[in-house]
Formats: sequence, structure tokens, C-alpha cells
Amino acid sequence: MDLDDLYQEIILEHYKQPKNQGVVPKADIEVNGRNPFCGDEITLTLKIVDGVVEDVKFNGSGCAISQASASVMTDHIKGKKVNEIKELFQEFAHMVRGEEHEHPHIDDMDELSAFQGVSGYPTRVKCAMLAWNAMKEGLERELEKHGE
Amino acid sequence: MALTEPMRDVIDVADIRSHFPIFNYPENRGLVYLDSAATTQRPKEVLDAVRKFNEEYNSNTHRSAYKLAEKATAGYECARLQIAQFIGAKNAHEIIFTQGATEAANFVAYGWAHKFLKPGDEILVSEMEHHSNLVPWQMAAKRTGAKLKFIPFDAGGDLEYEKLDDLLTTRTRLVAVTHASNVLGTRVDVQRIITAAHEIGAVVLVDGAQHVAHSPVNVQELDADFYIFSGHKMLGPMGIGILYGKEKLLDAMDPILFGGSMIDEVHYTESTWADLPWKFEAGTQNIPAVIGLGAAIDLLQKIGLDKIQQHDALLTDYVLSRLQELDFVTVFGPRQNRNAVISFAIDGIHAHDVATFFDSKNVAIRSGHHCAKLVMKKLNMASTARASFYIYNNLEEADKFIDTIEKAKGYFAKWI
Repeated sequence: MDLDDLYQEIILEHYKQPKNQGVVPKADIEVNGRNPFCGDEITLTLKIVDGVVEDVKFNGSGCAISQASASVMTDHIKGKKVNEIKELFQEFAHMVRGEEHEHPHIDDMDELSAFQGVSGYPTRVKCAMLAWNAMKEGLERELEKHGE
Repeated sequence: MALTEPMRDVIDVADIRSHFPIFNYPENRGLVYLDSAATTQRPKEVLDAVRKFNEEYNSNTHRSAYKLAEKATAGYECARLQIAQFIGAKNAHEIIFTQGATEAANFVAYGWAHKFLKPGDEILVSEMEHHSNLVPWQMAAKRTGAKLKFIPFDAGGDLEYEKLDDLLTTRTRLVAVTHASNVLGTRVDVQRIITAAHEIGAVVLVDGAQHVAHSPVNVQELDADFYIFSGHKMLGPMGIGILYGKEKLLDAMDPILFGGSMIDEVHYTESTWADLPWKFEAGTQNIPAVIGLGAAIDLLQKIGLDKIQQHDALLTDYVLSRLQELDFVTVFGPRQNRNAVISFAIDGIHAHDVATFFDSKNVAIRSGHHCAKLVMKKLNMASTARASFYIYNNLEEADKFIDTIEKAKGYFAKWI
């Protein structure tokens, strides 16, 4: 296994200069994610307008994989419909776990595919998923609130 | 500075390594195992003892009058006696087998603290405890209305012993403290704590999980009331731990698990308990693990705990002095009077990324909070990388460890 498969340039660039850091003012959703085994933490804030993620930001501390994943994820879900994001979540989860699955929404050229290498490092899957799991929890909570 | 001439080790590491099949397993060729604080590797003597039990005399102890059962019982009780001698206990029946150190702490929390603590009583623990010697006391305090207090540690990673006088009060009933930190490597002066605690009549539990396989321990000289440790951190099998307690404390304590083999008399609606140690050993025990632990102690004694301590110190001193030359590395914990557990951080690189990089170079280190979140909080770190050395590690591996830190720095350099 080549370490460069895991630490792709895109990932390390996002780690060095993360996008969407901070807090969305008047957010509809605020959700925390934590990896109890490693102590990594993330807080996501999202603004939802008409079922679309209008804005999303994150704060947190953690390894290159978890922070880059949060950065790339927030970039990708901004402007997307909540339903689309659910599908994207499934595809991303399958990809980083190395499970055979179609991922029509993740283009090979797309930054999300940079996390493909995580599948070779099972202990790091939880790092890549930290922001995604938090986002999923937040969206589900929001949907429940509206009785959907 | 790397080694220019060979340093003299007091133990024959090459010979010791040959006892550990894991290092000869083809997939592990070249593996540098630096995570003995999490679990030690198992020598063939231990594996053989477990296999022998399973293949040659598997049977239940204390129950049947046939040769296999007699042999199993003899092996089981012989290991108990060995362990008693190993830690200098007065009586073999003061050694209780548990699933691990965690369960041993919980036994005292339920069986002793729960029974004797009253609202307003105080439990004193240190800030550098592993969760296994912290969370049971949080729960005991919640259940009994007792108050949990903390002995802080200073910037150098040593406990602030001078605060003991204020922290120990007439309400202090229990002090629970580690013998050595699993993060900072700090060796705790438990003697001092025990003496001070006994002056005010408090009972002291020492968590020896990180210490008992690294230095000679004598519970009677320490006058420890309870001493707990786990088998798998001392070359033994997983799933076995020890609760040592002074006879009169164990006698006063309630059993925690009820059922077979812990009873004396059984009537329709009530029962009485067996004598020590069986009062605490309900149900079929992990007999092969106990017998394996006996074999582990044999080997530890053959090598010699004082020699193991010197070997650990040689590696620790060497690694710490090499780390001092690296200005991008922070080492946590004291410089002196410490065990071979070295937590560190490389500037700008998260501990997980450090550990993954090390793994790519076939060096196994730990990263995370090490089940010691209070320590992390105090260090203001979410996680650290940790290397821990033991009898099968040599100076070349120490050099590879340093070399890998430098390489990790190089690998991530342009991003940090």
C-alpha cells in the first residue's frame, strides 16, 4: 500500500487550507461529531432554505483525513438538495469503506474521489466519515423536526 | 546523536525476541512493535502453557475427582501462589482472578466503595488516571453521594505531592492512584501517597497495570490495600487480571458476581459465601489464561524485574536524549524517574497521521487519547502519539523510531 494513495495532494491541500471553516450565522442546524476513540471533534452549522443547503461551515480539530474530508464535504453539499446529499452520503460511505457500489454522483475527477485511498486503511475510515456522519445526523434531526 | 559505539544492555534482547513467535511470522518481518503499554506480545512459553492446558488437561477446576480436574486445579492454584509471591502478597488467597484490571477496579468500586462510602465521604484520584481507574470512582461517588477529588500533575508530568496534605481530609476514605502513567510514563511515588493516606485512615488502591511487569513490586512493603493489574500487559494472555487486596478488606467486601463456586451454603431463599479467594470467583474462570499468566511470570522472573527495569531505562534515556535534538518534537512527561512510555507530538502533524506514517514504515505506535482524557485536557491535546518499549525492543529499533519521526516530518513538510 502506498501512503500517497491515502495522503493525496488534494487532501493535504484541504488540510492545509480548509474551506468553509467557521460558523454559519442563524444556522438551522448545529451538530457535533466526535470520534470517541481518538478524541477528534467537529461542529457543523448549516442553513437550509427550501430543502437546499444554502450554507454550511465547520469547526473542529483532527487529523488530515478528518479535516480535509470536512472541507471537501462542505464544499460539495453547498447548494445541493437534502435528498441528493443523502445519496451522496451513501456513495461516499461505500467508497471509503471499499465496498463495491455504483457511485454516479462521485466523478473520478471530483475532489471526493480523492478519499478512495482511505479504503486501504480501515482504521482511518472513521476519520473520513466524521464530518459526513455529523452532517447526516443533523439533517435527519432537521427532517424529524418538520415531521417528514 | 546516533549510536557510535554499542551500548551495553543488561538483557539479551536477541535471545528474548526468539521467544516471541509474532516476530518470526513472515508477514511481520521487520516489524518494530512499540505499543507494549497497550498490550505486550506473548512468548511461546505462555502460548505453550495455554495450548497444553487445552490439549492435555482441559477440565473445570475445584469440581471433580478425576485426574484431569486435579491437574487443572493444581495449575490454577499454583498460578495464584506464583502471583502472590510475584507481588509480595502475604497470602495466596489475597489474589483474586478477574477479567482484567478494569474489572478489578470495578470489583472494589461495587464491593467495597458501594458498601462503605457515605454521602460527604471523599474519594481522591489523580489527574493522570486511565479511565479504568477513574470512571468506576465517578460512578461510586454518584451512587454513594461521595465527592471525587483530584491530585493534579504539574507541567513536568509529576504529581503535585505537596498538595496531598490539603487534599487528604478526615472525610477521605479511598485514594485510587496509578503506579505509572500510561501516557506520560511518570512513575508515581505511591509509597508517599500510601503513607499519607494511611495517616488519616484512608484505603489506597494502586493501579499497577503499567508498572508490575516493568519494576519489582512488593505490595506488603508498599502497604498497598488494593493492587490491580492485567495479564496481557505482562506477557500473559488477554482476559485475565488480578485484584490483590489485604485479607481483612476482601473479607469485609461484598461479592460482586453471584452464582456457582462462590457459595458456601445454599438454601431456598438465601445463601452464604465461600472463603477467599473463591467468594469473588463466581462461575467458570478463564483457567487457561490463569495458567498462561503463571508461565508469563516464570519468564519475567527468569529475566529478572530489576534487569527489565534497567533495560527499559537504557532505551528510555537513549530515546529521550535523541528526541531532545529534534526541535519539532514535543515530549510529554518527566525526563527522569519514568517508565518506557513516551508520548510525543510532531509540530503540525496530527497524531493519527503520525501513526499511519509509522505504520507505513512497519513501526507500530499508538495514537489517540490513550483512555486518559483528563491528561489530554491538561496537556491541551486531543490526542498524542505514543511509543512504548519493552524487553523485545533493542537500540536499533530505538534508532528506527527516531529515524521514522524525521521521515514523517519530511513527508508532511510541505503541508505544515
